[in-house]
Amino acid sequence: MSIRLNKEWLSAQTAASQLSGNLGVFQLADESKRIIFVGYAGGKSRFGLKGEVSEALQRTSGAAFARWEVNTAYMSRYKELLMIHLHDYGQLPEANQPSPGESVPGEIATLGQLRPAG
Amino acid sequence: MNLQLTEEQELVIAMVRRFVREEILPLELALDPDAEELAPEDNARLIEKTKAMGLYGLDIPPEFGGPDIDLVTRTLIAVEMAQHRGGLYVPCYGTFGGAGLAQLFEATEEQKEKYLFPTLRGEKKGFFGLSEPSGGSDPARAIQTKAVQDGDDWIINGGKLWISGADKAQYGLVFARTANDKGRDGVTCFIVDTDTPGFSVRRVVHTLRSARYATELSFEDVRVPASNILGQLNKGFAIANDRLTKQRIPYAAGCIGVAIKAQEMALEYVPQRETFGAPLSSRQSIQWMLVDNEIDIKQSLWLTLEAAAKAQRGESFRKEAAMAKLVATEAGGRVVDRCMQMFGGLGVAKDLPFERWFREMRIRRIGEGPSEVQRHVIARELLGSSLR
Repeated sequence: MSIRLNKEWLSAQTAASQLSGNLGVFQLADESKRIIFVGYAGGKSRFGLKGEVSEALQRTSGAAFARWEVNTAYMSRYKELLMIHLHDYGQLPEANQPSPGESVPGEIATLGQLRPAG
Repeated sequence: MNLQLTEEQELVIAMVRRFVREEILPLELALDPDAEELAPEDNARLIEKTKAMGLYGLDIPPEFGGPDIDLVTRTLIAVEMAQHRGGLYVPCYGTFGGAGLAQLFEATEEQKEKYLFPTLRGEKKGFFGLSEPSGGSDPARAIQTKAVQDGDDWIINGGKLWISGADKAQYGLVFARTANDKGRDGVTCFIVDTDTPGFSVRRVVHTLRSARYATELSFEDVRVPASNILGQLNKGFAIANDRLTKQRIPYAAGCIGVAIKAQEMALEYVPQRETFGAPLSSRQSIQWMLVDNEIDIKQSLWLTLEAAAKAQRGESFRKEAAMAKLVATEAGGRVVDRCMQMFGGLGVAKDLPFERWFREMRIRRIGEGPSEVQRHVIARELLGSSLR
């Protein structure tokens, strides 16, 4: 099982028509399909992935594509995707990096380190 | 046996209960239902509070700076600390601190300087690497990870599975086979730095428990100095076994805390909720669920306190710890299940904590030795060590 999220990138417009209200995780990418944000639709989200991805696309500067995975273990999968990104690129996706003075969410502050095979 | 709590125990319990209700529950409301961490600033603020309460680092022996609180009282505190949504696996989100890996209290002075003291100061974290893909219930026989001596070093090869916290740790206690034909006598415990070449955390193992996950580890020619052997060569299983027995008491206590909270919520709910013109509490089917819950909770509590009391007196408590773990994890699951039933649709929604408790409580019947192994331990205590 691949631990990376390898689903096809969908344009923001296509994504809007296909998203559902399930819980899960998602990634946003810029025009060059570089990952710029990893997010999740958790138990407090009002419209699940549909709401969270749509909102994230609107507020994330440069976001052009989205892909997602329906997953009830959204929290551990979210952390896993962030750790994989850290392993691959040495830093968090740019829109996950806290702005100066901004409070760091607990799940990011305590992120671990993965060294996945392949 | 005195079943009356002392005045001091009553006071400590009241203090922890107030902390959970006034500090943890309001913060938890804003978190994701599956969260396992507070925001760092909240975490730091609450740690200062538990330190001021004299309850930080509860499991640290007093000679290493922990509060001098007996095991029965610590068990009662553990029951209180679990009474919130995340309470089963992250009681009070870790704001009471922990002892880290208790085996290090028996380490050499050099090992203590390098691993124990930084851990107690919060500068390092460790993991406990016992279970393997080949099995976790019978580790003495299942361990296939091997360590081979090479001069003053040992070379470790193999893998571990279901290991919590390895991705955040600076070191781990890793159990490896050092003698092929000696069964449980052929296992040695090594302290392995996680930045050693050849060590890697390969993946997160996703389970019913969304927040706190396990990991899979790989060891490829990991070179460890002989000075990093914890305890004696080929005697590592005793270290593992001692930890497994002790861990069963707080493990049971967490289940009891959650069961108490679930029952409290049900007792509050059923007189208010009406069906067919009468409150749920007037239905015998509901009353019996509440009664069964109460019996499950009391049985679990007394068994767990008895195990703690025997351990406190320095007596053998293997049988009692196994009984506490077995009964509390199974009873806790039943209590949460009945409460979900009483709450109906709301019981399975993420609006309330039952669904998280339900998922996490299911794991408790497997983690730290499944129910069947606990029964095996009890049978062995009853019938003697000749029982295989």
